[in-house]
Amino acid sequence: MNDKPRRRSERRPAPVLVTLGGLGLLIFVVPLLGLLARIPWTRLPELLSGEVVTDALRLSLVTSLAATSIAAMLGVPLAWLLARADFPGRAIVRGLVTLPLVLPPVVGGAALLFALGRRGVVGEPLNQATGLVLPFSTLGVVVATTFVAMPFLVITVEGALRNLDQRYEGAAATLGAGRWTVLRRVTLPMIAPSLVAGLVLTWARALGEFGATITFAGNLQGRTQTLPLAVFVALESDRDTAVAVSLVMVVVSLVVLVALRDRWWKAL
Amino acid sequence: MRGLEAVIQVRRSASFQLDLSLQITPGKTFALLGPNGSGKSTTVSVLAGLLALDHGRISLDGTTLDDPDRGVFVPPEVRRIGVVFQDYLLFPHLSVIENVAFGLRSRQVGHAGSLARAAGWIERLGLTGFSDRKPASLSGGQAQRVALARALIIEPELLLLDEPLSALDVTTRIELRRHLAEHLESFAGPRLVITHDPTEAFLLADEIHIIENGRIVQAGTPDDIRLRPRTRYVADLAGSNLVRGVAGGGVIETTGHSLHIADRSVEGPVLATIRPSAITVHLREPEGSPRNTWKTSIDLIEHLGDRVRLRITAPLPLTAEITELATRSLELTEGAHVWVSIKATEIGVEPV
Repeated sequence: MNDKPRRRSERRPAPVLVTLGGLGLLIFVVPLLGLLARIPWTRLPELLSGEVVTDALRLSLVTSLAATSIAAMLGVPLAWLLARADFPGRAIVRGLVTLPLVLPPVVGGAALLFALGRRGVVGEPLNQATGLVLPFSTLGVVVATTFVAMPFLVITVEGALRNLDQRYEGAAATLGAGRWTVLRRVTLPMIAPSLVAGLVLTWARALGEFGATITFAGNLQGRTQTLPLAVFVALESDRDTAVAVSLVMVVVSLVVLVALRDRWWKAL
Repeated sequence: MRGLEAVIQVRRSASFQLDLSLQITPGKTFALLGPNGSGKSTTVSVLAGLLALDHGRISLDGTTLDDPDRGVFVPPEVRRIGVVFQDYLLFPHLSVIENVAFGLRSRQVGHAGSLARAAGWIERLGLTGFSDRKPASLSGGQAQRVALARALIIEPELLLLDEPLSALDVTTRIELRRHLAEHLESFAGPRLVITHDPTEAFLLADEIHIIENGRIVQAGTPDDIRLRPRTRYVADLAGSNLVRGVAGGGVIETTGHSLHIADRSVEGPVLATIRPSAITVHLREPEGSPRNTWKTSIDLIEHLGDRVRLRITAPLPLTAEITELATRSLELTEGAHVWVSIKATEIGVEPV
């Protein structure tokens, strides 16, 4: 017989909390169930192998990975400057970096168009000098995606650098490590969990990017039509395809979340 | 000159300026003893090259490392200074052997060669079997030895130890202090131990520099400091009577005298600590409970504000501290015969 008194912390939570919390959960679950209910399981292979879908999938992978790479190359140094360098207006710079997180992506896309469009402040001289046209090009998709997704990397890495005990870098220096060796063998490995988390979040955000892309780069199949754009178009014409592509994106997102697990989330 | 010569002037804030000089010859251990916030760790940073001097000069074996007036600054990675940092700062993502080999890898020694030499140091410090462990899984004592191996493998010209024992629990500290003393002895260059613990300084150092508010207030051999503290602060920090002896059956045998102690279980070599204020002075043989009572004479009377320190020599050299008022009412003078007594419970005993 086990008649030990129940400890307070093991008591059931209040019914009100369970009810409200359950309702909150439903907000996330119901749309997923709705999607799953609509999936034409038998036609799935055929729908996903259509040219529109494979083009969009390929484009999405290429542009999201390119945006993540650019974010890594430019975002890590930017995060380092924000965390370590002391310069006037740092608070403003940090605000600018985080702006794309709260800005509606369509506004970001419009801003990119005014700046980098064929008649844009930067776009026009750029076009005259190099012949480069960013809007409605795959490169434009990469630029728009980077604009929206890079803040995730900068913020995550900046936080990690700020929390890193800099005495470790000093210890490495006394052991003969120059600044690049310190960066490569101490700083980056020690912030690796946050760096990975930042990269994965950046990539996931890039993969789901819609507003800035469609505004700045348009919706051309095989050139600028990524998966989210393909879903949007298919909803008008071919619901089954839209549902199938949506399923692909849900699966990809879930895989990312599982891969991150608790360990990586803590790094945020 | 061989060894370390340093004249250090650094301003850390509007109110704190570090201003001191140090000269350590090879084969000698100096201790920088002082309270938290006195500038000890700043001294480590400056010597290691993690912080530049404002004024002054640091040279090691005749090579100038930092001289702002002449525009010389040798960066830390080029200096050969082994540092055992406070909290050890072992790289958490690297295994023990990779931590130890770090200094060699940074100095372009090949991977295999680095690991082989690191393995040698790991064995030498009694860490065999721990090579592949991560620092998080080590005890404080093991981590300290890894830190020591990591610092010594680069064959430094100066060894700095910043609070090498403060992260350890009391039992481990006693054990490791002995080992640390041996490792310090085996290092041929100058050694500087930073500590806030007088016992540590007295047991490890040949010379002690006492630092307070960024300045050296007194420097000398452990006996100088202990027997002739020049300020109230030094007297409080380091003025305790330290007596070496061999304990057994509740008695410590020292040269020429036996001291009764409360703990009957301690056996072997010990360091007895007696606060000067725990020694009472009487004109006639006292009655009562103190187990340690003997007749002696006063060699020296020193006035430190409202307190007075009395030096007695035979049969056991000790410093007693009483109030100015008591000195006057007892009419004590140098050369006067007195009785002193110490309660057995007032004698601190630490195995060494």
